[in-house]
Amino acid sequence: MAYSFPEEVLEHVFSFLCSDKDRNAVSLVCKSWYEIERWCRRRIFIGNCYSVTPDIVIRRFPKVRAMEMKGKPHFADFNLVPEGWGAYVYPWISAMSVAYPWLEEIKLKRMVVTDECLELISKSFKSFKVLVLSSCEGFTTDGLASIAANCRNLRELDLKESEVEDLSGHWLSHFPDHCTSLVSLNMSCLGSEVSFSALERLVGRCPNLKTLRLNRAVPLEKLPNLLSRAPQLVELGTGTYSSEFRVDIFSNLSEAFSVCKQLKGLSGLWDAIPAYLPAMYSVCPGLTSLNLSYATIQSPDLSKLVSQCPNLQRLWVLDYIEDSGLEALATSCKDLQELRVFPSDPFGAEPNVSLTEQGLVTVSEGCPKLQSVLYFCRQMSNAALVTIAKNRPNMIRFRLCIIEPQAPDYVTLEPLDTGFGAIVKSCKELRRLSLSGLLTDQVFEYIGTHAKKLEMLSIAFAGDSDLGLHHVLSGCESLRKLEIRDCPFGDKALLANAAKLETMRSLWMSSCSVSYGACKLLGQKMPRLNVEVIDERGPPESRPESCPVEKLYIYRTVAGRRIDMPDFIWTMDEDSALQHS
Amino acid sequence: MSPPLLGIEGHSQCNVSLMASSASADCISQNLSGLKEHNYFGLSDCSSVDSSAVSSVVDENKKNLNLKATELRLGLPGSQSPDRDSEFALLSSGKLDEKQLFPLVPSKDGICLLSQKTVVSGNKRGFSDTVDGFSQPKSSIFSDGNWMFNAAGSESGQPKLGGNAGINVMLTNRSSGAQPSIKAEVPAKAPQEANDKMNGSNTNSVPASKAQVVGWPPIRSFRKNTLATTSKNNDEVDGKPGPGALFVKVSMDGAPYLRKVDLRTYSTYKELSSALEKMFSCFTLGQCGPQGASSREVMSETKLRDLLHGSEYVLTYEDKDGDWMLVGDVPWE
Repeated sequence: MAYSFPEEVLEHVFSFLCSDKDRNAVSLVCKSWYEIERWCRRRIFIGNCYSVTPDIVIRRFPKVRAMEMKGKPHFADFNLVPEGWGAYVYPWISAMSVAYPWLEEIKLKRMVVTDECLELISKSFKSFKVLVLSSCEGFTTDGLASIAANCRNLRELDLKESEVEDLSGHWLSHFPDHCTSLVSLNMSCLGSEVSFSALERLVGRCPNLKTLRLNRAVPLEKLPNLLSRAPQLVELGTGTYSSEFRVDIFSNLSEAFSVCKQLKGLSGLWDAIPAYLPAMYSVCPGLTSLNLSYATIQSPDLSKLVSQCPNLQRLWVLDYIEDSGLEALATSCKDLQELRVFPSDPFGAEPNVSLTEQGLVTVSEGCPKLQSVLYFCRQMSNAALVTIAKNRPNMIRFRLCIIEPQAPDYVTLEPLDTGFGAIVKSCKELRRLSLSGLLTDQVFEYIGTHAKKLEMLSIAFAGDSDLGLHHVLSGCESLRKLEIRDCPFGDKALLANAAKLETMRSLWMSSCSVSYGACKLLGQKMPRLNVEVIDERGPPESRPESCPVEKLYIYRTVAGRRIDMPDFIWTMDEDSALQHS
Repeated sequence: MSPPLLGIEGHSQCNVSLMASSASADCISQNLSGLKEHNYFGLSDCSSVDSSAVSSVVDENKKNLNLKATELRLGLPGSQSPDRDSEFALLSSGKLDEKQLFPLVPSKDGICLLSQKTVVSGNKRGFSDTVDGFSQPKSSIFSDGNWMFNAAGSESGQPKLGGNAGINVMLTNRSSGAQPSIKAEVPAKAPQEANDKMNGSNTNSVPASKAQVVGWPPIRSFRKNTLATTSKNNDEVDGKPGPGALFVKVSMDGAPYLRKVDLRTYSTYKELSSALEKMFSCFTLGQCGPQGASSREVMSETKLRDLLHGSEYVLTYEDKDGDWMLVGDVPWE
């Protein structure tokens, strides 16, 4: 080399690079940069736990302090991935307990975590600080007790929507009296009541506590006790927000809220009773995030509430808000960036509320910063979608779920191709899209042609033929994750675009028409892909080759085939012919 | 390094090549044209097996679907779509048989194979039985006598037009000469219901547990479970009908307007018929005589009862096989 910086200087420069993308780019410059970078990388993100092995990661990055990993495919959230599929984190924890004694952070999503894992974490990592388990499962409150008891400097314990076997609320009492380091505690997914006095004391002795999300079992009348001990809270998730109305409870609550001058985010509000809503009016002007998706309050009260929150940037709400409430939202909340409207009665055949496409149109008109939408509704029209697209070219995430599969434009009875086409044409920065309603191959042509920044696409009950899938795979340059269910997509598009699959994180196809033969072919010819057939009917070899598989999960990997598969998953590779003979 | 090209056996229409994305444009266009020729509307190259399968099933179903042919069909996957019969998906004919064999959702009553499944009818053939499972349990419910009521349209003579699904229940006057029956229509398929909802008519909902497609609508379990407990609590508080309300429209021959009843608020046929009695009493009163003087009202109750119970009116419905059934034979549940 003509010159060489001292390594320390380069390391210092690299320390300013936070994003993985930047660090990966830096590693490719030359061998010495690769070496320097790998020794100083402190955070790793593994989007698919089966794309790499613990050994490979540890070998390349020996000094990691924070790891984040995701396991099951997204459709696991909707029960499409059978029980026992995998995503066990234990091998990772076990390897890291030896290799990364200074590990501080573990963030997992859709993984199976056992009490054994939690205990191992709590005992292996002396400076452990952050544990986030998002949509995970496999552990009990005993595991939580180990974490509480042994992690002396625990800052964050966040159990976002995990499925925890709730043996008792006693785990919270395992936080030792000298634990004062908590910054964030989210126990909202737990069922059992914790010892309130233990909770009170814990909250009281943690001066840096910024996020507290209680579970439903914490009664409303006790909330003021906690708030008064933590007036510095920035994010609060209440327990149940319901109780027989009493003036003294109301005034205590009001007073407690009024002391929380830093509060920016509010959630919980289970079973909220309108009479108690005004108690939180004092914090409303400061709120930027409001999650009312468990609050079964009706439109008039919802309208009144959102009208008090002019600085709202994110709103999650049930469809009780109705079109009229969304109008109030559009009028009052000009900073709104993210809106999620969930269905209150998803399985009823008739609409129980007056929420239509008009609500979304109104918000798209009134809120210039709206960029992220998740909207469940029962009717949609091309005209509405075209209007939304015109209003909001800055849309980044657009997920529309029309509850009835294959519902057409309710006005013209045509497919919604035009509408979604308008979205992808207009919203050039669109990164995530979920489709629903009646859709032909045409919409996929639009998507393939225009959605160049699209990274994640979810398709259900749509399309006419392989051409649809072909448009997507050949056109969407930035596509990383594609998930498809119940679409007439078969072998041709998949095989014709096999190489594309190596540029993506994963592809999920269930209830489509991909034949076993095509899966085998794909697996044999693409060694860097794991082509996994999930079929609970029994070995695919027992059926004709042209028979479609139930579910298919394809992902790129350097780890080779999985070794922890249950008996209903088969990997297609060069050896598969031998395996099953 | 040139990527290997591989043909796929069993696909009669075109060769599919496995290729890298850097493959020549020739290969791509060849395949694309192969795809295009065979995929878009009006495929002509499919084997005769396909066409004959289609026509036979179409005929078979035509009698059930007569009037649907005149409507815009928006069926669920796996449904018959007369408009689209001529379109064939790019599937090898060998797939026909296999598709029948794989109900992907445990079907409730073993009714998992409709004849329509043998059809390679255009666009929706690839759909799984989960979606058929969506429609079929409804059929089974019909056969169990869980009838559903629907708008009959205006005339008793033309109840089937306009994409009506469900059962039309009408009280007809025996003396009018027509068979005294509540005309009911039960479509064989859920797709019609989807149709109706689009048209704004009020189709009935099947009890939720039976009609769900796996994983649809896409809501996380945590949220679903929370909603379930919340709504249970609310039902007690608000008194509004829970997700289980089963509203049906009931029409009476000659009545100027229809009524709606919630089947779930009754536990026996007797309750239902007496409720219907009360509901339609006003019409019968009118029919009793031209004057409508107050003195008549005293007598009208008994007269009405006689009318409804005794001779004049009976409750009937038409089930999915097209047969007129007397209400009351099948157990209420």
